[in-house]
Amino acid sequence: MAAERKTKLSKNLLRMKFMQRGLDSETKKQLEEEEKKIISEEHWYLDLPELKEKESFIIEEQSFLLCEDLLYGRMSFRGFNPEVEKLMLQMNAKNKAEEEEEDATVELDVSDEEMARRYETLVGTIGKKFAKKRDRANYEEDENGNMKPIKTKKMFLKPQD
Amino acid sequence: MAERGLVASESLAGCRPRAARTVLGQVVLPGEELLLPEQEETDGPGVAGERPLRLNAGVRSRLRVVCGPGLRRCGDRLLVTKCGRLRHKEPGCGSSGGIYWVDSQQKRYVPVKGDHVIGIVTAKSGDIFKVDVGGSEPASLSYLAFEGATKRNRPNVQVGDLIYGQFVVANKDMEPEMVCIDSCGRANGMGVIGQDGLLFKVTLGLIRKLLAPDCEIIQEVGKLYPLEIVFGMNGRIWVKAKTIQQTLILANILEACEHMTADQRKQIFARLAES
Repeated sequence: MAAERKTKLSKNLLRMKFMQRGLDSETKKQLEEEEKKIISEEHWYLDLPELKEKESFIIEEQSFLLCEDLLYGRMSFRGFNPEVEKLMLQMNAKNKAEEEEEDATVELDVSDEEMARRYETLVGTIGKKFAKKRDRANYEEDENGNMKPIKTKKMFLKPQD
Repeated sequence: MAERGLVASESLAGCRPRAARTVLGQVVLPGEELLLPEQEETDGPGVAGERPLRLNAGVRSRLRVVCGPGLRRCGDRLLVTKCGRLRHKEPGCGSSGGIYWVDSQQKRYVPVKGDHVIGIVTAKSGDIFKVDVGGSEPASLSYLAFEGATKRNRPNVQVGDLIYGQFVVANKDMEPEMVCIDSCGRANGMGVIGQDGLLFKVTLGLIRKLLAPDCEIIQEVGKLYPLEIVFGMNGRIWVKAKTIQQTLILANILEACEHMTADQRKQIFARLAES
């Protein structure tokens, strides 16, 4: 009588947490399997053979720009529209510049020498900023207006005989 | 598979696929199949199963080839879709096999991503302008795609204005979309083209001819008098000079020079310089 009753319990009821304790291992397994089945059935997948695209060595490009090195489409001549004329030089020089850059070295805006000179004078100027008021008197301006620390370190002077 | 390809091309072009290298500068027809230099040897013997044994068949280093306008890739095959002369450009660096394209003559423009075109604003609807570019469908142009435009600061564009812009979206399935700024957000000459001037249409081939880096026509025209020209890849040219008469002369010269020899052109320019 009791066994009959057990089988009559619905599956949904058996699945509940508090019912799990009293279940034997066999019914537990059965339930788990059923659950798995439901989950896997709910998963969608495309029934297609695996797509294997070979790497293509042909690239499609529908623009003439790449093929023929066309110029920029806006033009102005003999100073009719100075803005466009400037733009024309800029846009058309872009293509040429790229070619030139490959063989020629990039021209620097500031030469290494000039930069070194700048930094040399900068040392004094920045040095003054961080110096204390008392020490500031030790800095003096040279003819260029640059700051330079005066080196007046006191030291022993050997008397002359 | 090889046989099927052969039959298909025979029925279309009436002959076996030709090697792209051998037909450079010659006329090719739509439907014709071309063989790239790397494919020539493999497809040499037409009968399947009689291929020469190759030691390094799998590891052959193949070059990347770009097929330009007028050509289409179909799997591993290269098909011609337009009628014209086959052209080839050698690659800049050694890693690619260069570019092949068909130099064709046509009047109908098909939007291509990246092309600079001249469009006419036909409608203003909310956030976008509709621009007629001569394609099958008007292009859309967002009001935010102008230099310095914000939601509050709308660009001053009216219906009927001429727009010089660039395509950012252009494919066979979608509505083409234009912008008037480059990737950095600068106009770079794009936007509304100024007042007055004259707009006329020419063939697409002539536009490419005039925009070629060493075009003599443009150099000669530039010496005549102060003028401004805008070329759209969609076959539209906008010209403006100091007077209406000069503008008209200019338009006529540009239209006529498509089918003129160099001597004829020089005569006309000499006559113009006199007057």
